[in-house]
Amino acid sequence: MSTSVSSPSSLARAPGRARAVPGFARRRRAALARLVAPLALLVVWQLASGAGLLSERQLAAPTAIASTALDLIRDGTLTDAIAVSVRRAAAGFALGAAAGIGLAVAAGLSRLGEHAVDPLMQMLRALPLFGLIPLFILWFGIGETPKVALVALGVAFPLYLNTFSGIRGVDGKLAEVAEVLRLGRWGLVRHIVLPGALPQALVGLRQSLGVAWLALIVAEQINASSGLGFMINNAREFLRTDVVVLGLVVYAALGLLTDALVRLLERRALTWRKGFPV
Amino acid sequence: MAQGLPGVTAEAERADTGRPRVVRVRGLTKRFGERTVLDGVDLDIARGEFVALLGRSGSGKSTLLRALAGLDDATGGELSVDGTVAVAFQEPRLVPWKRVRANVALGLRVPDPRAAADKALAEVGLTERGGAWPLTLSGGEAQRASLARALVREPDLLLLDEPFSALDALTRITMHRLVLDLWERHRPGILLVTHDVDEALLLADRVLVLDGGRIAHESRVDLDRPRHRDHPDLTALRAALLAQLGVTTDEGTA
Repeated sequence: MSTSVSSPSSLARAPGRARAVPGFARRRRAALARLVAPLALLVVWQLASGAGLLSERQLAAPTAIASTALDLIRDGTLTDAIAVSVRRAAAGFALGAAAGIGLAVAAGLSRLGEHAVDPLMQMLRALPLFGLIPLFILWFGIGETPKVALVALGVAFPLYLNTFSGIRGVDGKLAEVAEVLRLGRWGLVRHIVLPGALPQALVGLRQSLGVAWLALIVAEQINASSGLGFMINNAREFLRTDVVVLGLVVYAALGLLTDALVRLLERRALTWRKGFPV
Repeated sequence: MAQGLPGVTAEAERADTGRPRVVRVRGLTKRFGERTVLDGVDLDIARGEFVALLGRSGSGKSTLLRALAGLDDATGGELSVDGTVAVAFQEPRLVPWKRVRANVALGLRVPDPRAAADKALAEVGLTERGGAWPLTLSGGEAQRASLARALVREPDLLLLDEPFSALDALTRITMHRLVLDLWERHRPGILLVTHDVDEALLLADRVLVLDGGRIAHESRVDLDRPRHRDHPDLTALRAALLAQLGVTTDEGTA
């Protein structure tokens, strides 16, 4: 009798442990398998360039791009261009985030704020972002201002919409708890409303960072005398496809980097969520 | 505070003459549109008295509790609470992004809120879980944390809104003991809203039945605690209360 009691539990445990190790190995194999196709593409690309199937005017070889990258890092061209573009993105993002979050809090916390802010934001949201470029050039000229303004505008809307809906989505029962605990208006905002809106606001942050890079790329294509966009446009004049591709790769890497930063932030800020992978 | 008004039940007078009151409600009405939920409720709770409020669902039990908690305004009548109020809700309503200790200490205005929270957590047997996230707690643990959050404020009136109804039967028994233990140590006045007749009989000094928007029935339970549900006095009371609630006495006497 005692064996029949103990055996099911040992049986139940054994397969679990037996499955754990192959599961891990399978995930690693899967991760490696995902690398195969991109690497194969690189190899084919390199071979095609070497065999003369791809001319340098159409697309430079991966090795040529890599050596150009080293050259441009060495003479400072690439690092300077990145610094200029990152500064534009950061300035635009900071402005747009402050506006988007500030307006969302104003609209989220009171009916009056909602009536004052939300209709305007919903109207402006319908305007095509890049369609505003001609106006921005007329208003701000062709210096840094229109580029930063375009990024800021692109960033403000996703952050506004998500933070606003995050604030409105906070559980009313928790607001009652705040009332019973006599937290006061500011305590309610600080302890309940803002932390409660954070998960949704972080979704908005990821969206807005995507828009920020896109807006920057477009703005830098149109008129720039420095930055990554300038580097790419300049390279086009001289048919330097290696520099063009390098610029695109750097844009992509910057986008992935900021996305990874937000995911790290989510991990840190949302550990309270049950089952959130820490 | 005015002395006994006409129409006050004899039992309420008795509560008057004993200890000072923490709650005094006269002719309380509450309407939601056309629907009258409370229709002239009179209620007194003495300091340190344990009162249970029974009623069918939709009878207005929670409405009365919410009015006492200051969450809803009454439509008419008088309501006064003399002292501080704390509430434990049916769902524990812990703030999910604050650790258990921070939940207990939330809004606490004492010199060392953290130490006070730890002491309260120790009293409900949750010393180990102070650093845990609320969503990782079991139902019973979460409800104990909710009790700690209410008690740490040392309330004169503790409002319990069906706090055990979502717990399993075994956890509920443990929680009954815990509540009695905490009540005996801190002596707040308690209003326990419940639909469980046995729970009311095991815990309370006085059991009220809310029906038709008013207190329709009142029983005193003068037995020592801990009580056994098979005590002959309780069996009789149970049958009477179940009859009040519209349940045939067959179930009560079985």
